[in-house]
Amino acid sequence: MSSNQSNTQNGSEQKKNVTDSTQTSLSKKTEITIPEFESSIVNQLVTKFTDKIVQVVYVRPGRTKILVPPNEIVHVATFIRDTLGFDHAESVSGTDYPKDNQIEVIYHLSSYSDEKLSSHVLALSTRVDRNDSRLPTLIDIFKSAEYHERETFEMLGVYFEGHPRNERFLLPEDWADIPPLRKEFRIKGR
Amino acid sequence: MIKDLVNPTNFNLMVGKLGDVLTRALDLPLGYAINWGRIWSLWPVHLETACCSVEFGAASGPRYDVERFGIIEAFGSLRQCDLIVVQGTVTRKMAPRLRMVYDQMPDPKYVIAMGACAITGGLYIDSYNVLPGVDGIVPVDVYVPGCPPRPETLIQGCMLLQEKIKRSKIR
Amino acid sequence: MENFEQKFDETIKRGLEIVKETEEDRLMTLSVGPQHPGSGHFRFTIKVDGDYIVYCDPDPGYVHRGEEKMCEYRNFIQNIPHLERPVIHDSTNITYSYSLAVEELTNIQVPLRGQYIRALASELNRQVYTLYWLGIYGIFLGHSTMFMWPVGDRELFIDLLEALTGARVTHAFNIPGGVRNDMPEGFKDRCLRQVAYFEKRLVEYEDIFYNNPLFRQRTEGVGILTKEDAIKLGVTGSVLRASGIPFDVRKAEPYDVYEEIDFKIQYMKTCDSYARSMVPFLDMKESCHIIRELLDKMPQSGEVRAKLQPNPKGPAGESYKRVESGRGALGYYIVSDGTPKPYRVKLSVGSFRNMLALPFLLIGSKLADMPSIYWSLNYWPVEADR
Repeated sequence: MSSNQSNTQNGSEQKKNVTDSTQTSLSKKTEITIPEFESSIVNQLVTKFTDKIVQVVYVRPGRTKILVPPNEIVHVATFIRDTLGFDHAESVSGTDYPKDNQIEVIYHLSSYSDEKLSSHVLALSTRVDRNDSRLPTLIDIFKSAEYHERETFEMLGVYFEGHPRNERFLLPEDWADIPPLRKEFRIKGR
Repeated sequence: MIKDLVNPTNFNLMVGKLGDVLTRALDLPLGYAINWGRIWSLWPVHLETACCSVEFGAASGPRYDVERFGIIEAFGSLRQCDLIVVQGTVTRKMAPRLRMVYDQMPDPKYVIAMGACAITGGLYIDSYNVLPGVDGIVPVDVYVPGCPPRPETLIQGCMLLQEKIKRSKIR
Repeated sequence: MENFEQKFDETIKRGLEIVKETEEDRLMTLSVGPQHPGSGHFRFTIKVDGDYIVYCDPDPGYVHRGEEKMCEYRNFIQNIPHLERPVIHDSTNITYSYSLAVEELTNIQVPLRGQYIRALASELNRQVYTLYWLGIYGIFLGHSTMFMWPVGDRELFIDLLEALTGARVTHAFNIPGGVRNDMPEGFKDRCLRQVAYFEKRLVEYEDIFYNNPLFRQRTEGVGILTKEDAIKLGVTGSVLRASGIPFDVRKAEPYDVYEEIDFKIQYMKTCDSYARSMVPFLDMKESCHIIRELLDKMPQSGEVRAKLQPNPKGPAGESYKRVESGRGALGYYIVSDGTPKPYRVKLSVGSFRNMLALPFLLIGSKLADMPSIYWSLNYWPVEADR
């Protein structure tokens, strides 16, 4: 089945493509065929903003991921919406990396209006410092990220500047502990 | 002759004995009648707590018809209800509201704890937001195990509650 | 007499000055709380001016059980039972997406017959979920036949699922690597008979529910969500398809065997509540064709799952996979660091994304329209809270 073959291709690409936060440029991956449509999207981004701002983490069939510093994220997101055609955020999530002392916030963006892009999910990620985590909000660009950003604030402690309500959303009103998804919050008994 | 029997000294005694005879004659049938009325019209509050509410909804469906036992979900107010079925997980945010709902119901009221999460916390025992069992908040009459319990199990739980009510005394 | 009328007017004016009636005082705050026949286990605060709603603020979290944190303490296969509880009546789809993501991370291949059975269970679950949703819609609008008929028909599908998986609602049938067991004997004929019976019933449903003048009056023209607003708010599932956008994950990004199946995306262009309640019904009709095609094309014999390892693990990496569940695109973002336990699991569920449309649609509409708008957004509180 073609889906099985794409699974193996994903598997073999995975062992060579995936890094955590080091910079990889496209020219190093010459051993596997890189999907053309996805790399054209990423090439547009890399040519408009230089290689220092947009770092490509991986390019797979249907999924790409880029890493930008926190102060440039608004410009990159505006470019992604206006020129490339992505129009909504599917989810906003955060991952805690205590070893690097960073929290990674990642936006998964997709498109409803463009036919070719509707199967593609672009992951836009930034890294903020764990002790002083502030990020500019993207709800002026992608309104669909509003409740997701509020949940990321409450679960991880990342403050979004410009978001109208950085408040508790899902947790009980008398929550007096550290944000639950941080790695130092241990579940009782484990 | 009755005038000789009834004199001021033993009038009180006779009235007392008459009261005793009447109470003993009517207590049992009256209690039976009141209990009969309570058993066959247990109205549950519409309070869904978590995922077991799907099996409660299926129990009200045509196959496991729970309405033949008199258990109709009253969509009016909860001041008319006398049964609260805690369906599923109770989180720390929901617990004060559950107690408020329980306090607003008039006496006599009964509680059925449905599902493993309501009995001991179940599958979510080590979550940070889940109470380990609901009997710290409301006094539970019947525990119905299962995850989620089949509608037949829930009906058996209701029948156990009916047996319990039959045995209780009317105050 | 004129003296009296003048005095009367003056008294009224002075009375109003004393009371100092302002704009804010005319509003009444209502809390449509967790104990309410019209809301389920979810609370939203609304402020009402006469009959019109002017402010709405959702307050979820009454069933927040911390699924994402619990996933980090169990390995990949142990996560399946508690991950299928958020949407208990659609449990096959939420574990389907998880299995796809884990298979990509740990490099497991699924045999062909397993893929077909997975897709068949997913379609049967889609029918079960939509029938329950229709039933509760009936309760909200006070139409008790609309509760009894779908819930009764749903029991027949649950019988099929019980024969296939062993449990009524919580199947734990999908695992990373395929499905747990094969179909029993005679299952194919039973399934085809049930689908034929159900298609006749769907004609009756359309007559009694969707052509009912009362139902139409309560839902037509109510809660209009235009195409541009739907894209901007990022809604998903049947809410999106009722606003004129033909997007379905099974067609846009086919997973497993959906590339071989020929079906049409059902969508409607009138963006009101009636369209949002019609689209799942059309999806159910299309699902019947998909079930027939799947049973036709399934290979007659073969393995149904890859060889099970005790603790599957893969190299460090991440994966994002999505599946069309009853409520919309359900996506999983899983980060693994080389150990058998995942490092981070994030669920992107349809209910949480559709919640943004609730204040948007309720503000400006009448209070009596609130149940028909709220339930037509296909919102299940347990799923949104995870």
